[in-house]
Amino acid sequence: MSAKRLTISLRKTAWTFFNLLPVIIGMLLLTSLAVILFPDRVSDGLFGNSEMLDTLIGASVGSIAAGHPLTSYVLGGELLRSGVSLIAVTALVVSWVSVGIVQLPAEMLMLGPRFAIYRNLICFFSAIAIAFLCVCTLRVIG
Amino acid sequence: MERHRKKTGLGGWLFLVLVLAAYGVTAAIDAEAANKALHFFAKVMGSVVPALVIVFFLLLAADLLFQPKWIRRNLGREAGIRAWLLAAVGGVLASGPVYAWYALVSELRDKGMDGSIAAVFLYSRAVKLPLIPLMIHYFGATYTLVLFLYLIAFSIVNGVLMAKLEDSTAL
Repeated sequence: MSAKRLTISLRKTAWTFFNLLPVIIGMLLLTSLAVILFPDRVSDGLFGNSEMLDTLIGASVGSIAAGHPLTSYVLGGELLRSGVSLIAVTALVVSWVSVGIVQLPAEMLMLGPRFAIYRNLICFFSAIAIAFLCVCTLRVIG
Repeated sequence: MERHRKKTGLGGWLFLVLVLAAYGVTAAIDAEAANKALHFFAKVMGSVVPALVIVFFLLLAADLLFQPKWIRRNLGREAGIRAWLLAAVGGVLASGPVYAWYALVSELRDKGMDGSIAAVFLYSRAVKLPLIPLMIHYFGATYTLVLFLYLIAFSIVNGVLMAKLEDSTAL
């Protein structure tokens, strides 16, 4: 590999990164603001309805949430202990790591609006489907 | 899928300005919340930097090693099941926040990676290998195993659905 090729690639990568920086910084700033303004405890009072509605709420909360995935495990564990169904908790945990409403502007900028919107919509419904399938499977295998 | 996606360019800077404006509004209403958010940002930024360094070198490697022809052959629609599996495994192994990976996915898509394969990669990132012990602690080993198997299976389902949408809307 020639030094010239390496230099060209380094310049190109640096330029890509320079364009990525405002998106990453903006994304992190937005995430930080969301985490501070909408603390996890806010979601506690949302549950306690029918299983289907709780599952939809779980998937929605997970989609909007922007914290570390570990937070979803802790929150999910607490919700389970307080009587929220495993299906709703699973929908929350799965959508937390697969749907990104807060990240959507960055994804739209980098990968195209239609790709980002379609992908997140599919992920949202997948989270609900996985929640039902996962709990059904657990019931079957005991 | 959109074949000619715009690189972030001015859009990225405009996005940053809008977010800063949101901070300005928040600070005007609740200065303490804005201050807390900025402290949280500083903390998170520190943890994201290592992932960004990895992504930088992967971007460089992708540019140096992967030619469009190779990408189309191995990560394009015609690559078939091999591309799906490659993307699923890559997504499971990819660490750090998802937005750090948008640049690499965007770069690979520009070189011929199919949108459905990109969707598989991004979805399979839901499997967080380093967090498995914690998930087992909170939900049990059986639940963790079943959930992760479904997540991997649904990464492929996501790819299939994206491919269908791609075909039906001719993006």
